[in-house]
Amino acid sequence: MVDLATRIGTLTLANPVMPASGTFGPELAQVFDLDRLGALVTKSVTPEFRAGNPLPRLCETEAGVLNSIGIPGKGLDHFIAQAMPEWRRFRAPLVVSLSAPTVASFADCAARLAATPGVAAIEANISCPNLEEDGRAFAMHPEPAAAATAAMRRAAPGMPLWVKLSPNTGDIAAVARAVEEAGADAVVVANTILGLAIDVETARPKLGSGMGGFSGPAFKPVALRLVWQCAQAVRIPVIGVGGIATGEDAVEFLMAGASAVQVGTASFVSPTAMLSVIEALEKFCARKGIARVAELTGAALPRAWREAAE
Amino acid sequence: MDLGAAAFPVAEASVTVIESAPVGRRYHRLLLDAPDLSARSRPGQFFHLLCRDGGGAGPYLRRPMSIWRCGEGRPLGFLFHVKGKGTTALARLREGDALSVVGPLGHGFRLDPAWRRILIVARGVGLATLAPVTEAAAAMGIAVEAVLSARAEADLMAPEFAGASGAAITALFDADGGSDVEHVEKMLRARFAAARPDAVFTCGSNRLFLLLQRLAAEHGIPGQVALEQQMGCGLGMCFCCVRQVRDETGKVVNLRVCAEGPVFDLQAALAW
Ligand SMILES: Cc1cc2nc3c(=O)[nH]c(=O)nc-3n(C[C@H](O)[C@H](O)[C@H](O)COP(=O)(O)OP(=O)(O)OC[C@H]3O[C@@H](n4cnc5c(N)ncnc54)[C@H](O)[C@@H]3O)c2cc1C
Ligand SMILES: Cc1cc2nc3c(=O)[nH]c(=O)nc-3n(C[C@H](O)[C@H](O)[C@H](O)COP(=O)(O)O)c2cc1C
Ligand code: FES
Repeated sequence: MVDLATRIGTLTLANPVMPASGTFGPELAQVFDLDRLGALVTKSVTPEFRAGNPLPRLCETEAGVLNSIGIPGKGLDHFIAQAMPEWRRFRAPLVVSLSAPTVASFADCAARLAATPGVAAIEANISCPNLEEDGRAFAMHPEPAAAATAAMRRAAPGMPLWVKLSPNTGDIAAVARAVEEAGADAVVVANTILGLAIDVETARPKLGSGMGGFSGPAFKPVALRLVWQCAQAVRIPVIGVGGIATGEDAVEFLMAGASAVQVGTASFVSPTAMLSVIEALEKFCARKGIARVAELTGAALPRAWREAAE
Repeated sequence: MDLGAAAFPVAEASVTVIESAPVGRRYHRLLLDAPDLSARSRPGQFFHLLCRDGGGAGPYLRRPMSIWRCGEGRPLGFLFHVKGKGTTALARLREGDALSVVGPLGHGFRLDPAWRRILIVARGVGLATLAPVTEAAAAMGIAVEAVLSARAEADLMAPEFAGASGAAITALFDADGGSDVEHVEKMLRARFAAARPDAVFTCGSNRLFLLLQRLAAEHGIPGQVALEQQMGCGLGMCFCCVRQVRDETGKVVNLRVCAEGPVFDLQAALAW
């Protein structure tokens, strides 16, 4: 028997596979038992109601999708009162993704989530526009990323705090180090990378709001590289996400330094993709004689090569 | 008892094609060997199909497709317009090929056993979505009258629509002006006066939807419309498939076609 458990700070997950925010919901319980997942991750919750972006919100590419959904939602009050009771039906740890327009709002919302029974961790989606910095995403630079993280850390002292980084930055390792120093318990790497598609018949972007976030299999090499860089920059756990569809994809992310993985777009094509990933991970470990999946973390990093050489 | 189906009503399954054939010049039908899925499918629900031809080529995302044929002991069937990459790949499937389906999905049409007659107005391939209503109604002893609108006679597919339901069909064609809204309005008014239906159903045309919405409101007849929207997940998770619908208080809200629909109340839906 392979031990699939993984530790993210103080939290122990039964296995390292969970959904990516915004690509998952309790609706998937119509297809399989969600308690088989290592954790559940909500869509990003925002402080206020948001209608979302103009249509089309999704555009298919050769091996992935561009999205500009616009985080539609009914706001934090509604989430705590209406969505949380539904989430509490599940036993798997619940990670609430949080998005906010200002540092103070991130802190307020984190405090309220920390006081809500059934929240196992907060995943801060700092890829959203920072209204205090001309709408540039918090995750673009180390300082605003650290400011949001530090404020949440103070507002929700005991709550496991994961910070989700963006590929849309020049130096992701610097952002990762900054949020680690500001008190993050883990980094989630990465959100979608900004992309574009144009309808040549109409000479207009294919997405209703112009640019969008690119995800899916074609994004995997980029996300894997980001995980590899972050894993060498910080000591806190890295959670890998971007283009994972198979067990082999997940093994690559673990070997690049991830302690757990998230599956997003792949669940659109195969709603049972996460189950296949868990089963394939277990088979891979069994075949390689690996007793604990945690042994895979960082197995392909340069420090592992050096240790092997010594 | 099949506990699996009760606990997990939506399946992701690989099923076998038992018939694949063109219908007219622009349409195609597929029949699948999927007894469990067919038995638990309801008219108006849909499946999300992984459109890969026999060689495995096709677009990245699945495509939503209404259930055209379903029921205990019958193959699961789809009838579609061969339009772009996805439907072209589907039309290349041959008997014996495998097709990955996810479903049944969404909320279907509601039929009231107290009704005695219903009227269906469908345009183009919208009739595929409404076809199973005719058989379900017939089985409940509800008479079905249908007005089908199409470009030309070759596109009508009346037998594909009616199946064994014995529905009374009136055909309207673009070629002879029969499908003009004014003409359809005159005809529907005459129908409503002669034999008032207990409910009306539509799918496939914005113009016919608006007409039927107006006439049904005027006559106080309840109705249902099946809407379409581009989809990502088909399950309610991505929020890309929203359409504007009026809620009970009259406020316009975005609802997911895949999760809250695809069938909506005729008066609640907004034109697209
Ligand atoms: C609930 C539902 C039921 C449907 N039932 C039927 C049916 O029974 N028969 C039938 O012929 N068609 C049906 N459609 C429409 C069908 O899904 C589209 O024709 C199909 O997706 C086109 O794919 P394509 O790759 O061949 O075309 P393309 O034009 O190449 O598709 C490009 C993109 O547009 C999207 N798209 C294009 N047209 C539509 C549309 N009308 N609705 C949703 N997405 C669209 C595709 O998903 C894809 O993302 C249904 C749609 C929905 C939402
Ligand atoms: C439709 C869609 C919606 C998303 N919504 C969110 C979101 O609300 N919050 C967030 O942090 N990430 C969101 N993401 C990004 C994913 O969580 C993930 O980081 C990204 O898609 C890369 O992983 P993947 O290639 O496995 O999809 C969304 C992605 C998609 C495709
Ligand atoms: S297609 Fe994803 S929510 Fe409807």
